[in-house]
Formats: sequence, structure tokens, C-alpha cells
Amino acid sequence: MDSLLAWILRAIPFGTIIMYGALGEILTEKSGNLNLGVPGIMYLGGFAGFAGSYYYEHLSPNPNGAMCVFVALAACIAASMAGGLIYSFITITLRANQNVTGLALTIFGKGVANFFGVYILNGASYTAAPLANSMFAARIFPFADKNAVTQVIFSYGFLVYVAVILAVIFGKVLNRTRVGLNLRAVGENPAAADADGISVTKYKYLATCIGAGVSGLGGLYYVLDYNHGIWATTGQIEALGWLAVALVIFTTWKPYNAIWGAYLFGMFYWLYQFLPDIMGWKLAGYVTDLIQMVPYVVTIFVLLGVSRRKKKENQPPESLGLSYFREDR
Amino acid sequence: MGNAIELRNVTKTFGTIIANDDVTLTIREGEILSLLGENGSGKTTLMNMLSGIYFPDSGSIFVKGEQVEIRSPKDAYDLKIGMVHQHFKLIDVFTATENIALGTDKNSQGRFSLRSVKAKAREICERYGFDLNLDQKVYEMSVSQKQTLEIVKVLYRGADYLILDEPTAVLTPQEVEKLFAVIRNMKADGKSVVIITHKLKEVLEISDRVAIMRKGRFIGSVLTAEATEGSLTEMMVGEKVELNIARSTPSDVIKRIEVRNLSVINHEGLRVLTDINFDINGGEILGIAGISGNGQKELLESIAGLQRTISGTSIKYYPGENGEKELQLVGMNPRDIRNAGIHLAFVPEDRLGMGLVRSMGMDENMMLKTYDEGSSIITNRKLPREMAEQIKESLGVVTPSITTPVAQLSGGNVQKVLVGREISSDPTVIMTAYAVRGLDINTSYTIYRLLNEQKERGTAVVYVGEELDVLLELCDRILVLCGGRVSGIVDAREVTKEELGLLMTKYGGKEEG
Repeated sequence: MDSLLAWILRAIPFGTIIMYGALGEILTEKSGNLNLGVPGIMYLGGFAGFAGSYYYEHLSPNPNGAMCVFVALAACIAASMAGGLIYSFITITLRANQNVTGLALTIFGKGVANFFGVYILNGASYTAAPLANSMFAARIFPFADKNAVTQVIFSYGFLVYVAVILAVIFGKVLNRTRVGLNLRAVGENPAAADADGISVTKYKYLATCIGAGVSGLGGLYYVLDYNHGIWATTGQIEALGWLAVALVIFTTWKPYNAIWGAYLFGMFYWLYQFLPDIMGWKLAGYVTDLIQMVPYVVTIFVLLGVSRRKKKENQPPESLGLSYFREDR
Repeated sequence: MGNAIELRNVTKTFGTIIANDDVTLTIREGEILSLLGENGSGKTTLMNMLSGIYFPDSGSIFVKGEQVEIRSPKDAYDLKIGMVHQHFKLIDVFTATENIALGTDKNSQGRFSLRSVKAKAREICERYGFDLNLDQKVYEMSVSQKQTLEIVKVLYRGADYLILDEPTAVLTPQEVEKLFAVIRNMKADGKSVVIITHKLKEVLEISDRVAIMRKGRFIGSVLTAEATEGSLTEMMVGEKVELNIARSTPSDVIKRIEVRNLSVINHEGLRVLTDINFDINGGEILGIAGISGNGQKELLESIAGLQRTISGTSIKYYPGENGEKELQLVGMNPRDIRNAGIHLAFVPEDRLGMGLVRSMGMDENMMLKTYDEGSSIITNRKLPREMAEQIKESLGVVTPSITTPVAQLSGGNVQKVLVGREISSDPTVIMTAYAVRGLDINTSYTIYRLLNEQKERGTAVVYVGEELDVLLELCDRILVLCGGRVSGIVDAREVTKEELGLLMTKYGGKEEG
């Protein structure tokens, strides 16, 4: 029982990282833009948030917690949206290939973040943003430790709840509002949307940039909460970014599914640590690597299942990955 | 009746192709106007400039006497102009109501509610007599239902001027009747309707006035009451132009292909070819005429093995020499048909869409047809290179080198490559479709000369063409398709241009009254 509880308590924060990544990407892909730069954007967001709070904590004479959170969030969102803007300009305005651009953005984001990360820290302690970490990781519900149930639900930093709220808002916007309807139309059939007087370019730009902003929050959450305010120049964020892209497919492009899907992926991810414990198995080290593949394998099966059943509503947006030019004949 | 919309001296070009040349056209309040013309005469392009899809290169547009600029579909809607395109612009996974609601933020008040959109749409349906299930998803709809939805959508946006692009092309006769009833209801309600069409019968049945276009130019307009099928055809096809294409008298005519009971149903379940019977003879050029989209493509593809035909179809090939047995082509795969000597050179509207790979040079495009020759597992690159050089030489293909990607060649040169490749391997039957589409005069004559040479060598040549003048001077016999059926097979030396025009626009070609 304790293992199960610990398992869930690991899975939910983990899920939150990729939920942000996936939510942003769902919004982006609904506009028909397949942005494979998610990992790069998460790097940019995570790094900018870290750098923002680092400088604030070091340069301000008496740093204020709320201000620190604000600076980190603002820096993160600005940097991620800048990443989204680069992608938008290249693919929407210049109509370059989306896959190539996205992959390049991933490499770019990782490179920028790692270069400046090393440059800023330059030998300093990796736990360089303690105040930001304490603020982001602070439990916002005082009664969290009452029992196992409250612990599962209430014992996290505020970004965990923001992710869920965002997912609900995204779901409502996409399904219940005119903006959502228009956005989905742009992703399905831009020529039709255009003929209906919807500005395809505007929707694509906004969805991609806002989506990037949200994806970037995943990187921020990872660095300042999940990873205890440590900036580590490992490839971990990239792995999480790809998992977020996989999650988008798993959810069949529906924000509500991202909530439970992300937590489920979290459970899968930590399966290798807790399953042997719970079941009392002893596993060799290399087997754990195999178990870590589970989320990807599950995604492949979901993809197979969805395409086999051919239900139109579960397919990716019809013009996903295609550039749009009105006077194409 | 006042003038609702006026186009004055409007010109639109795409690259070197002039789609509309100095067109001046008036649409009046409360009338049904037919815009009549052959394919490629610029009807749709002209109307697309009213609906904001294209912007004119020069000329001006007036709505109710005021000069306007229509830069986007949104501008068009603001001017109460709405267009139903031939290719429907609907979102498949949306319901009818959701499609109607798209992009309508201007005329809505307060909160977004699909329910109120639906209520208003239902009102429109009842008012004009549309039969539409507003909760149905578009991907579950028939073509006719989709069209109905498109019209309701346009009306929902408050359009007073409706443009329908070939609305009857995809409908059954019963559905056409229903559509016409609705159009009359709209007219009674004071709306102006423009119908783009090339079907004379429908023009005479529904419209008040007819405007005729030919080769991008506006020819004139007449009141429907004063028009006959004959007079309209004449305006549509124009005077016969002498082209002086050298045509030899066929000799040694032998039957090569015998088509019997050919019928084809396409993906959408529509019957595109019905009971086609004809022969293709060696030493002769058989022209195929028809408004495009009347089954020409499917006809050629059926023979080439690229189209599935309905059972009962028989396409027999007579190799002829040495008493070889005839071959049943139905059910054979395309490569075997090709190897038997039957070649197809199809030039689609976008030219590069079929047959050539954009990013490859001439040599590699030749190799697409020769890669399986020879016995080594390494492809023979010398043969295609020689072929490419030869075609470049003999047809005068203008290209820096045979390895330059064909996408960088001009349209005419691309077509030379395509046709040249098919001819180069000495086929017994060669079928070309729109081989001179968009070509300049000189290059066109080169192609005609090539086809004539083939004919004199005893090859059976099939030429699907758009220009009646060319068909009349190049071909020996002309098969006319209308609505997927053989409207007539005529002697190209005897038939007149008007007769051909009538056969194309009306099954059997008989003028009424």
C-alpha cells in the first residue's frame, strides 16, 4: 500500500510535466501545425524560468517569493513563445517543411539552454535557485497530509493544479466556443476556413505561440519543482518532450484525455521502480530499461487502434503538417 | 432591375496564362444569370474574384454602383456575395450546424451558441425548401446534401448574391429539379443567382439571362428567352479557325482495341462511364471530345488498367502481327498492358501531377519506365540517359541539362518530356490527354507533328483534347462524350464545329424545337 501511494505521488508530478507539453502541442496541432520542437521549447522555457529566477535571487537585495515566481513564469512564457514564433514564422509565413523546422527547433532549444546554462552557472552550485524552488514546490493546501487520499490529491505545488485547470479550459475553448470551432476548422481544412472568412494565418500563429508558451511551462515545472531547482544539462528534458508528443497522439488530440493520460504515463514511467516492489520481484537492471519503454509502446498501440477503427473524430486534424497558401491551384 | 454587381475590364493571369482578359460583366438585381462557357474559359476564375479567392491584376469591381476591393472571402460576405464552390469547402468531422457557424462572429450577438445557429439555419431551410439534417456530420453526407449545406451556409451569412459553380455536375436529375426549385424560391425572395455551367438544357430551363465566355474573354450576354441551343453553342465555341495541321489520309487501318460495354463507378459511387462501345484503329487518330469531367480520364485509365471497371466490360487488344491471339485487357495489371505496347500520356491540370517526378531530371524520369529492363540488379543508367538526350534533341526541349529537375522546366518543355517518353518506345497504341494544354503555338504543332508521324507509322493514336478546332483538323474520327456516355462518333472531316459543340453539351446532340 505504501509503495502504491509512493508510486502515485511520483507519477502525478511526472505527469504534470508532460501534460503541459502535450496541452501546448494539442493546441498547436489543432491549428494544423505539427510542431516537433516541443522538447526544444521545453528546454527554452525551463532554462529561461531558471535563469530569470536565478538572476532575480542573486541581484535583488531581498528577493520576494511571489515576485520570484512571477519573474520565472514571465521569462519562461516569453522564451517559449519566442520559440513558437520562430517556428510559426518559418512554417506559416515562409511555408517551410514543418517536420524539419520542428526538429531543428528541438536541437536549437537544447543547444541554447545548455550553452547558457553552463555559462551562467560557470562552476556555481547547481541548486542555484533555492527560493524559486521553495515557492514552486510549496504545497498550497495545508490539509494535504491528513490521510492517503488527501495526500494523493493535495500534496503538490500549484503548477500541478494549473495544468489541470488549463486542460479543462482548453477542452472548453476547443469544443464550446466560436474561437475553438474556428481553430479546429483551420487545422482540418484551412481552405474551407479561409473561404468562411477565418484568418488562417492569425489562428495558426496564435495557436502555435500560445501552445509553445504552455509547453514551455512543462520545462519550468521540471526544473524549478520536480528537479528541485537544479539546472542539469542532461538530456532529460528532451526525453520528456518526446513523451509529451507521444501523449498528444495517445489523447487523440483531446485536452481532457491529457489529464488522465499524463498521470497514466507517469505511472508507466515509474513502473520499473514500484512494480517489482509491489509484486516482490527481483529484476535485473537491464529489464528496467525495457519497462521504461511502456509509455511508447502503449502509444503505438493506441495509434494502431485508432487508425484501425477509422473513427473520424479520433483522427489527427486533417491538414496536420501541411502549409497553406490561398492561391495554390 | 438595377445593376447589382459590375466587373469592369477585369484581367487575371497565372504566370503566363491569361485566365481572364479584359472582362466586363454585369449581374442585375433579382435575376438568375447563367455564366456559360467551355472548360478553361475563365468562368470560375472570374467568379473567384467576386468571392475573394483571387484578386484581379487590373480592372475594377462595383457593387451597387460603388467601387469595392474584395481582398478576402470575408470582404465578399460583407458585400453580401456568397459562392458555392465546385469542390465543397466543408469540414468533414463537423456537423452541418458547426459548419454553418464557422467564421460568423460578425453577425452574432452575445454568447456563442450552436443552438441559436441551428434555429436560424432551420428557419432558412424551411423558407426556401431545403432538405437538410442539421445534426449530421459532413462525412456521412451525400454529395447533394453537402451542396445543400453549402448553399444554406451562404444564405446564413446573409448573401444576396449567390454564385453557384457547376452546381448540377454532381447531381442526379431528381436532385437537379430540387435544386432548381430552391433557386427559383431564392429569386422570388429578391436574390440574384449566378450559375456557372456548360449545360445548355439547364441554362435554358432556369436562367433569365446568359453571359457567354470563351478563352478568358467575355463574348456577350443574351436574354434566355431570345436564345436557342444553336445560338448559344455558336457563341460558346466561336468561329471555326483554320489551323492547317498536316493530316494524311489513313492507310492500313486495322483494329487494335475493341471496347465493349465499358462502365465505371467512381469512389463516390457515381457512375462516370456508362456502356461505352468503340474501336481504336491503328493508322488513325481517334479524337475524344467532351467537356472535361465527362469521363475522358476514366476512359483512358480503364484501357491503361488504372481504373476498375464494372463486370461485363470487355476491352480487347489485337496485337495483329503473326496471328497472335487477342488479349483481354480488363483485369490485367498496368505494367503488363504497357509492355504489350499500349502507352498513356496524360497531362493533368497541374501537368506534373501524373507521370513525372518533379525533383528528378529528364534522365531519371525516363528511368521510371526502364528501371526493370536488363538483368543486373544495378539499374541501367545509360539507356535512360540516351533516351533523354534523344528526346531533348528531337523535340527541342529547353533545359540546361538532362539532369536538371523537371520542376524547373517550363510547362511546355515538361509536356514534351512526358509525351516524348511515351512515344520513344514505339508503342502500338498511344493515348494522350490534354497533350497541348497550356502550350504555345509552336510547341503544340510539334506535338501534332509527332502524333501524325506515329499515325503514319501505323500506331493507333487516341487524342483527348479541349480545343475543337484542333480535334477537327488533327483527328480522323471523333468520339464525343457527354455525361459519361458516347454522345456520338463522327467523321472529323465532315462534322461542323457547332455539331460537335451540341454533341458535347447535349446527349445525342439533337436540338429541340
